[in-house]
Amino acid sequence: MAYSNKVLDHYNNPRNVGSLDKKDPTVGTGMVGAPECGDVMKLQVKVDPATGIIEDAKFKTFGCGSAIASSSLATEWLRGKTVDEALAIKNTDIVNELSLPPVKIHCSVLAEDAIEAAITDYKTKQGQPQPVASTSSH
Amino acid sequence: MKLPIYMDYHATTPCDPRVFEAMRPYFTEVFGNSASRNHSFGWAAEEATEKSRKQIADLIGATAKEIVFTSGATESNNLALKGVAEMYAEKGNHIITAATEHKAILDTCKRLEKHGCRVTYLPVQANGLIDLDMLREAITDKTILISIMYANNEIGVLQPVREIGKIAKERGVLFHTDGVQAVGKVPVNVIEDNIDLLSLSGHKIYGPKGVGALYVRRRSPRVQLTAQTDGGGHERGMRSGTLNVTGIVGLGEACAIAKRDMPEEMKRMASLRDRLKAKLTSELDEVYINGTEEHRLPNNLNISFAYVEGESLLMGINDIAVSSGSACTSATLEPSYVLKALGAGDDLAHSSIRFGLGRFNTEEEVDYVGDKVVEVVRKLRELSPLYEMAKEGIDLTKVEWTAH
Repeated sequence: MAYSNKVLDHYNNPRNVGSLDKKDPTVGTGMVGAPECGDVMKLQVKVDPATGIIEDAKFKTFGCGSAIASSSLATEWLRGKTVDEALAIKNTDIVNELSLPPVKIHCSVLAEDAIEAAITDYKTKQGQPQPVASTSSH
Repeated sequence: MKLPIYMDYHATTPCDPRVFEAMRPYFTEVFGNSASRNHSFGWAAEEATEKSRKQIADLIGATAKEIVFTSGATESNNLALKGVAEMYAEKGNHIITAATEHKAILDTCKRLEKHGCRVTYLPVQANGLIDLDMLREAITDKTILISIMYANNEIGVLQPVREIGKIAKERGVLFHTDGVQAVGKVPVNVIEDNIDLLSLSGHKIYGPKGVGALYVRRRSPRVQLTAQTDGGGHERGMRSGTLNVTGIVGLGEACAIAKRDMPEEMKRMASLRDRLKAKLTSELDEVYINGTEEHRLPNNLNISFAYVEGESLLMGINDIAVSSGSACTSATLEPSYVLKALGAGDDLAHSSIRFGLGRFNTEEEVDYVGDKVVEVVRKLRELSPLYEMAKEGIDLTKVEWTAH
């Protein structure tokens, strides 16, 4: 399969790889996927509780190049956004940005789920009412 | 050293230059139809096909008359299974095969099931080999054929063919083996191995694509087949169609070279493979070799790099041609059914790479591949949440994943 240049760039130079302290109350952690399905994404956000702005975002992904690129791109987009803006990121935005082929749309959905899961975790920690629970199964 | 490096010899092999040279005159000069009995053009073509028949027979311990030319091993497998099922329909309708066979066997069996056959798909043990007791128990008075591959195309394990053949013989059942990966790579002898039908292919043994053969035993027992292609009655009525003389010449030459060079080539392949294995297993933790190492093709290494997904690994070693059992690299988006059949879990199938070494690989290439794979696996493990969790001592099998 031929990869787009943007996928190759994220694969070769992944942004924001790493882990934040998951016990920190200002850190939200989302982990989606399963090893037997061939992809697991861990995405974390660190939020300034005063402003609601995401100060930092990190990821680690087990998965194909498109899954790595989708999560890498997601962390880039998350930095500087408010949590509500973050929830507005849709998988189709990722598909368009990375020119993902149809068989890889799944990777972008996983990234959207990871964002949602991370924000939900942050809001739960902050005692805020949760948005739609992240139970989507696909 | 030239890049990219080809290390996917189970998929196909380049034509050996000696094979190509042998074929060359048969494209333009010696172009006759081997079925033309009344002129020298036909005789020259026939002489060439008969020489090839002898070369193939010599490699597998058969006689020339037992070789039926086909377009490749897929056709050979189809002809063997369908031809036997139809010919012996009055005797029975039961076929025994294994879960790890090539699709050319499995899908042929599925079609035969639609036409009234009953098929037993034997599971394999964790080492990739079938259990001979299970085979014995599966045989009924309706069993007409056992079809078990000689060497597996993904994990390279060698089934206990000789014992399978012996069991088949004792029970009066025909034994077919898909010998595509084994012929020319390890010693195969249809007499000693008790084989009644054997499929082989040109392009897996440094011959051309589009040509193969089916060995059909002529005595004790004399195996009969119902032809699956109707026409001019070529190949003793078993496979009609003008012979691919050029391809057949190449297949014969490839067999002659394989027979001559096999002892030396087997040693060289094993040494290169073991060199690669030593590099990968000494420099990386949590790597698992899929399938038994004891009964295995000398040129195969199938290895899972835990916590790293296969397609992402292939992407990082894009100047090396190998295959993966990962779902993302398959047309079906399912992980390898062969690796799943070993029962090691889908995650290891997703993390698997098949290295298929061959005649034109060098030690220098092996070292380059080893270094590159180690480097990329390390990089991807830095990216892997699973590796991080495993290092923290978390048991990944106990985690509740959000399956999707």
